[in-house]
Amino acid sequence: MSNSTTDRKQNYRDRKTAIILIGLGICLVILAIFSFLVGRFPISPDKVVGILASGIVPVDQFWTDQEAIIFFNVRLPRVLLAMLVGCSLSAAGAAYQGTFQNPLVSPDILGASQGAAFGAAVAILLGFASFGISVMAFSFAIVTVLLVIAVAQAARGNQVLTVVLAGVMISSLFSAGVSFTKLIADPSDQLPAITYWLMGSLTGAKPSDVTMVLPFMVVGLVTLFVLKWRINILTMGDEEAATMGVNTKALRLIIIIAATIVTAASVSVTGMIGWVGLVIPHLSRMLIGSDYRKLMPASMLMGACFLLLVDDVSRLATTAEIPIGILTAFIGAPFFLYLITREGKKR
Amino acid sequence: MSVKIENLSFAYGTHQVLKNISLEVGDGTLVNVLGPNGTGKSTLFRCILGLYTSYHGSIIVNGKDISKLNIRERAREMAFIPQSHKPVYDYDVVDVVLMSSGAGSGAFFSPKKAHVDRALDALERVGIGHLAHRPYTRISGGEQQLVLIARALAQNANTIIMDEPTSALDYGNTVRVLSCVRQLSTEGLTVIQSTHQPDQAFLYADKTLVLFEGEVLAYGSPKDAITAELISKIYGVEVEVNSLHDDRVRVCVPKIEIGR
Repeated sequence: MSNSTTDRKQNYRDRKTAIILIGLGICLVILAIFSFLVGRFPISPDKVVGILASGIVPVDQFWTDQEAIIFFNVRLPRVLLAMLVGCSLSAAGAAYQGTFQNPLVSPDILGASQGAAFGAAVAILLGFASFGISVMAFSFAIVTVLLVIAVAQAARGNQVLTVVLAGVMISSLFSAGVSFTKLIADPSDQLPAITYWLMGSLTGAKPSDVTMVLPFMVVGLVTLFVLKWRINILTMGDEEAATMGVNTKALRLIIIIAATIVTAASVSVTGMIGWVGLVIPHLSRMLIGSDYRKLMPASMLMGACFLLLVDDVSRLATTAEIPIGILTAFIGAPFFLYLITREGKKR
Repeated sequence: MSVKIENLSFAYGTHQVLKNISLEVGDGTLVNVLGPNGTGKSTLFRCILGLYTSYHGSIIVNGKDISKLNIRERAREMAFIPQSHKPVYDYDVVDVVLMSSGAGSGAFFSPKKAHVDRALDALERVGIGHLAHRPYTRISGGEQQLVLIARALAQNANTIIMDEPTSALDYGNTVRVLSCVRQLSTEGLTVIQSTHQPDQAFLYADKTLVLFEGEVLAYGSPKDAITAELISKIYGVEVEVNSLHDDRVRVCVPKIEIGR
């Protein structure tokens, strides 16, 4: 009897998980369609459907060429990028929070964002175009994290602690580097460009941005998705995980590299978008629980939804768009404070 | 022979922790390891579990030299039960037990129904099947320790190592956990556990290993190994060993309290 009760409970839980994940998927589709419509040049829903369908089946054109150009060159890349970046930052945040056994960790913990910022600032100083800036940002983000891993390997003691400490230190080093580039930047054009880049924005997303980051994000996201069960075991601590047959050092390294690749790819095209990677995994945990087999897909979907939503707000709120990096902080920081006080009340 | 250790030495840098330890533990034996703090109990366990690899000497578990096994193979021979602790994230009890399936068979591994069934069976075996879908952080410390024991059982290893499993538990939970361990050992599992209580070693052990300053001071049946002189020596407290119930049970009492 007890067995059948357990089975039923198990089924109920699986069904609840499936409903939440499907619900998030539906939200994402609705938000994506909505995001195609709104902006400074609204496109009506029937035209969006028509333009989309014309890519697959021949449709008589009932929209203007200008609308098609806006759709393919502005709106579509922007919507895709918002989803990809939201998904990547949330997945990376969830993965880092698991590997470092710390719920307050975000994707920039190992200095990927500061490294990218420094790379981008140097690229702006050197007068690179947007493609060059992205490449520099991406490369510096990767190099920064590799540096952190190398330092942590050389240091003795608790691996989790040394990686995080090395990350914080090297991150502050690059942060100082960014300040220095601002100091020597030309205040008439370079300085505002650096400042604007640091705010993080989806404005000006191009089709080439999407094709550039897509392969990196797919590789990183698939890796994190595949390893989601093992992250559970890693959260129990290295010694316990090792006695259960998990190679913790190798696993942690793979997770860090995958999470860094998706973070670096995101930051390289959008600049610094904070808080998504910290807040979304928490929200997902409240919704679906801590089990990474559910948390990872939920975080990915919710992150994509969240960034689409914030981007819509940024497009609609004012005529001069508010950079999305500012909006995520406006929403993220109060929420974070709420989390801390809620934790306090529970005790 | 479940565990066979020969001439095991281990040092942290220049600090020699284990000195030339040799011992054999037969199948289905419950061994208590007794010794003051910092005497090398945990280090010995970490060497046996393969967490520390820079030791000298040999450690054979179930006939296999553990230095020649990889992490996954070691997990098949031995399970580790740590002190119960609060994990950072809240998992359901059954999911904690499920972690015993570890890294599984390949890169894409995720636990299947067979693993879930094994986890639920393990929970039934230690008598807490009803807790399967409760959050792990919201059950008592004794229940958490039983969950960790169930996790070790679900790992299907013959040898279980426990590091002070009851040090944070109240009296009732201590008795429940140790009786459960005793029962498992009579069912054929080899259990090596450390403890701070000589009385526990009398009650819940086939053999007692006394470690002192990195060396084996005594190893044998509890009644032979634990003497008043030995307890006085390792803990620096004068005790008297008394027998109860026609010597079926023995207890240690500090002498200083008897004279009052």
